[in-house]
Parts: sequence; C-alpha cells; structure tokens
Amino acid sequence: MRLKTLLMFTAPSAVLMLVFIFVPLISVAVQSLFSTTLVREQVKVETCTPGFLAQVCTTAERSQVVLRADGKPVTRTVFTGLDSYRSVLEVEKLAAAFASGGQGWTAVAGLDFWRALRFTLTFTFITLPLVVGLGMLIALAVNNMLRSVRGPLVFISLLPFIVTPVIGALSIRWLFVGDGILTALLRATIDPSISMFAQGWTIELLMLVYRVWHVAPFAFIVFYAGLQTVDQDTLESAVIDGASRFERLRFVVIPHLMPLIVFVALIHMMDAYRVFEEVVGFAAEAHVISLQWLTFNFLTPDFTGNRSISRASASSMLTMVGIVLLLIPLLVRVWRDHKPRS
Amino acid sequence: MNDVPQALRASVALRIAAGLFLAVWCVVAAFPLVWTAAMSFRAPVDALSANPLTVLLAPATLRLVGGVSVLDLVFGLVGIWLGWRGATRGLPALAARVPAVPGVVLWPGLAIGFSFAAGFGLFVLLPVLSDLVGQGLRMLPLLGLLAEPVIGFTGEHYRAVWIKQEFYRNFLNSMLVTVGVVTISLSVGTLAGYALARSQSRIAFWLLVAALVFRAMPHSVLTSGYVPFFLSSREILAPLWEWAATGWFFQLFSDRPPLLYGQPAAIIIVLVSINQPFTIWMLRSFFQNIPQELDEAARVDGCSHFEAFWRAIMPVMWPGVITTGLFSFLLAYNDYLVTALLLDAQSMTMVPAITQFLNRDIRLSDQMEAIAAAVSITAPLFVLVLVFQRQIVAGLTQGAVKG
Repeated sequence: MRLKTLLMFTAPSAVLMLVFIFVPLISVAVQSLFSTTLVREQVKVETCTPGFLAQVCTTAERSQVVLRADGKPVTRTVFTGLDSYRSVLEVEKLAAAFASGGQGWTAVAGLDFWRALRFTLTFTFITLPLVVGLGMLIALAVNNMLRSVRGPLVFISLLPFIVTPVIGALSIRWLFVGDGILTALLRATIDPSISMFAQGWTIELLMLVYRVWHVAPFAFIVFYAGLQTVDQDTLESAVIDGASRFERLRFVVIPHLMPLIVFVALIHMMDAYRVFEEVVGFAAEAHVISLQWLTFNFLTPDFTGNRSISRASASSMLTMVGIVLLLIPLLVRVWRDHKPRS
Repeated sequence: MNDVPQALRASVALRIAAGLFLAVWCVVAAFPLVWTAAMSFRAPVDALSANPLTVLLAPATLRLVGGVSVLDLVFGLVGIWLGWRGATRGLPALAARVPAVPGVVLWPGLAIGFSFAAGFGLFVLLPVLSDLVGQGLRMLPLLGLLAEPVIGFTGEHYRAVWIKQEFYRNFLNSMLVTVGVVTISLSVGTLAGYALARSQSRIAFWLLVAALVFRAMPHSVLTSGYVPFFLSSREILAPLWEWAATGWFFQLFSDRPPLLYGQPAAIIIVLVSINQPFTIWMLRSFFQNIPQELDEAARVDGCSHFEAFWRAIMPVMWPGVITTGLFSFLLAYNDYLVTALLLDAQSMTMVPAITQFLNRDIRLSDQMEAIAAAVSITAPLFVLVLVFQRQIVAGLTQGAVKG
C-alpha cells in the first residue's frame, strides 16, 4: 500500500486523535503553568444613616469583581510557573511532616494528592494478579464444560463486565449500606458491630472486590476466545509424551495465551490506574480518593461556580506522568512485538 | 455429544471442582444485579429490610399495594424463557435468512425491534393474558387460589423515575450520544484499521504506538483540556467566524460560534476520539486475519484501494466490526466522567443523571428511585449482550485477541 493511500485512509482517525487527544494534552501542560483569576478592585463605599443633627457616615473598603461593558467579569491570566504543582503536591505540609516534630507518614496520609496516589497504586497492583488469575480460572473451567451449557455460562459471566461501572458499584453498595442484607449476614456471623462504610479500609476492600468482579469477565472472555485456538495436536502429543494436566497447562496452554495475558494486563493497568467510578458509586470521597477523582473534583464548579482549572491541570500532568512510568515495561514489550521487520 | 478426546478428558474430581467453582462464580456474578432488580419492585419498607426473605416475598408491599399471583409468576417465567430463546436462537436464524441487508443495518435493527417486542410482550401482553386466565380460574374452587396475589410487587418507583422525574429525556440523550459515537467511531475506525493492517510503513507503526500511549491517558486529563475551551468556545472560535476566508463557510451553519458546553454533538466527537485508539487497534487485528489475496484480487480487476475495501472487504468484516462496535457502545453508554463535566442538565445522559437521585437521598423513596433508575440503565445492556454474545466470542476468536 502506497504512502498516499495509507495517509488518506488514516487521516480522519489521526486528525481526531490529534485534535482531541494530543492538543488537549499540550493545552493542559500550558494551563498548569498559568492561573486565571477574576480581576477584583477595592472600592470605597460610604454608607450614611440619618442621625441627630448630622448624618453618621461610615466608609468601608470592599473588594468586588470588575465587570466589562457587556456584564461579564474581567479575568486576568498570569504566569505562575510551578505554583499550581506546589499547591497540588502540598509541598509545605510535606516538608513540615518530615521536619523534626512532624508526624511523618501519618500526616502525609492526610494530604489529598498523596493519599490519592497511595490508593491508586495499591489498587492497580492488587487487582492486576487477581483479575488475570480469576479470568483464567473461569476460562479454563468454562472450556471444560459441555458445549450446551457454555452459552448461558458465558452470558452470566459477561454481566458484571457490561454493567455501567457506577451502577455496578452502586448495586454492590446497596447490598452493604446501612442494614443491607450482606452487612446483616456479616453481623450475624462475624461481628455484631460491623459497618462497612464507617472506615476507610472496608470501603477500600469493597472497591477491590468490585473491580475484580467487574473486570475478571473481560479477562475471561479474551482468554476463553484464546483457548478455542489452542492447537489440539500439540495437546495430544503432550499427552503421548506423558505430560500431566498441569504440565500441559504450564507448557502448552499458558505460552499460547501469553500475548493475551500481556494484552489483558496492559488494558487492565491502564483502566485500574484511572479508578474513578468506584469513588462515586461507593460515595467514598471522605475516606478514599483516587487521582482521577482528585482532578474531577478540581474541575467540578464549587459553590461560587469557580473551577480550579490550573490545579486540575497540574494534577492531570502528574497523573499522566505516573501512568507513562507504569507502562514503560509493557510498552517496550509491545514495541518489540510489533516493530516493522524492515 | 462430548467433543473432547478421551485422553484429554478431565478426571471426575476435577470436573466436579470446576462445576462447583463455576456455580459459585455465577452466583457472585449475577447476585448484585438480580438483587437490585428485585429491590426495585418492592415498597421501601420491604426493599431496605435486612431480612432477605422480606425482600423476596415483600409482605408489606402485598398489603399496601398488591402483588403477583402464582399464575402471574408462571406466565412471567414462560415469557422470560421465550425471550431468551428468541434472542439466542430465533434472532440469529432470522438474520441468516435475510443476508441481503448488510450486518451493520440488520443487527441494530433486529436488536431494537426485539427489545420493543420483548418489552411489549412482557409488560403489556403477559399481564393482560394472565389477568384473563386468572378471571377464569377464580370461578373454580381451589384452583382459584393460584390467581390470588402472594408476592408483593409494585412498579411505582419506575413510574416516578420515568414520568415524574422525566428520566425519558436522559434516555433519549443517551441514545443520541451512543448511536452517534458507535456509527462515527466505526466508520472512521474501519478505514484506519484496514489501512494499518495492510501497510508495512514506518508511519503506520508510529501511529499505532501513539494510539497505544493515547489509550493510556486518563479521561480526567483530557477533560481538563476540554473544560476551559468548551466553556469559552464562543470567544475562542470567534476569529474563524470573523475572518473572511473561513467565515462564509462557518456562517452557513450558525450566525455565531457555538457554545460547546452542553452540546451532545461535541460530546459525541470527544467520545469518538477518546475511543479511537482502542478501535483502530482492535479493527487492525481483525483485518490482518482477512486474507490479503481478497483485496489484491479486487485490485487486479481494476478497483481502486477504496473500491477494493468497499466491495471485497466490507462484506466479510462484520463479525469484527460488531464486536468493536459493542465496545464503543459500552464506552459511550457507560461514561460518567466526561458527560458529567461537559453536559448541562438539559442534555445530561442517564449515567451522570443518576447522581441527582443519590444526592437527594433524604427520603426512602428517593433511594428507591435511584434503584429503579439503576435497573432502567442496566436493562438495555442486558438485552444487548443477550443478542450479541455469540458475535462477541466469535469476533474475539477471529482476531482481536492475537495481542
């Protein structure tokens, strides 16, 4: 295929990605260095009240937003350098925590960015092996079943994957919240005073359970599709060579599925790193937050209608650096697999 | 009957263990959703009870509102079974009988038609039928008991959500956004995926690597880029409208630059772009599995590249396209972050709209409405997987999963 044809076919897709992914990334980088504020001015206001013999007048200084002729507020954009990064990272508080007399890690656990980072990373690395493992187990088990029951099994297994993440999280929350039936069950069997939404670690546990429940079906369906293409002749010759079931799994099936395992791990790491819907669904923001939620919160208008764009941009940039660092090993592997053979 | 060779067959113990494991998994997979659906048909006293039997049998709902009889249950189960058979057996057979219509038109049409038919059958036809039979049975001694309500059941939360809270507006917005995203995303993506599969060029390789990195970008990062631009798009885009060389063109569409915030069209383009990296990677691996001889033959016969794509490749690409389209659908339909930040109350889709029920969580009925809304959001996805599950597995086996 000639270069011109390639460019013509890929142009619409490439332009979309350029305009709506690449350009926003650049503009976020720029935004994080500037800060836009409303221009305010100090106005002297004299208020007089009629008194006996003379008016009593008081002057007070008030600050108010300057308006343009068309009634919109005047804004000023100033270069602030790394100030928004400093404010997102809470450098001063960090320094204070580790200065003599500081509280060390306990204080860091109270700073928004750092607790979000801590949760996002532990979440990613704990769910990764669980998702791959559970997905593989379900795929192997379904593959061993009779053909007639596989259809319904695949359907039921896919349900947690297709359900909207916020809704899935909510449906699990409703089982546990307040006197929900599963909390009632836990109270009856383990500890009569259990409450799943009163402390951070139980919410975190629910989030992990939810995510494995939600993504394992994706791993399952990919591995299951891969199992259909395992070479039966190789398996049979392995049997003739005396390989046990486990050895066949270890030396024939797993190597065959290896590209798929890398694929699922790659997709899952990207997705788990952007954990967000769980925080909304479980209403966890008081106890546990994630990096995406932090940015989302900066972008949501506060009660005066302001969005802290520059802080959102700074935390976005930090989030982005994090995922790129995490993915480098996997990206290098993909690179080697797909490099043009020229 | 059993297609596994004797030597590869698992031992009895292993098969029992695997069966048990799958049984546990199926319960875990379906339970939260089934339970939420059961709660949505109960009065708050029953639905939020700590006793599972109360939730299932709903005595208070039965006393206060009414319920369903054994007869209704039997009719309901038969209806669900028929729906299941129809979706898994009937629809594919029907689709096979009309091969002239391209899959991209046929399948969505069938799915929508089927949803309407199933909804009509389940919510209108069956209750009426069951009522008629019940009237007849009541005249008989003993058998009349079958027609007496035994389990509490109410649809009032759905009525409150869809009619009083006007959830149907959000439903229509969701449909608009998802249909837009799926069609645009697939038309743009198939072209690119096809070219990338057939090209050995260095540029193709770099495009794929860039797409992979873009796929990793958290949506909040991109959204922080969109928000300021969307909010002040009137001022930013103004030069395009004022400059004579481009102004005449843009003024064909509107007198002045649009405010992109709250525009479903803008959201569609944004979601299409966010979804492009995954789409082109997936479609590329499908096209790699379609033999190159096919389009080469067409080229030899004098077709241009585009004609070769149109005539030789299009007819055989549907399994892959349907699977990819399903992933696009899920992304657009399930999105919370982007839609919550870039749409206003008028144009809100269903998923971000559900938080309005959660945030007003003061009365018990508010929580019930949230539950009913959640079930309403899940139902279309349920039908979708029912209809398409064979295509998903077939599509994935055919290509996407080569890594």
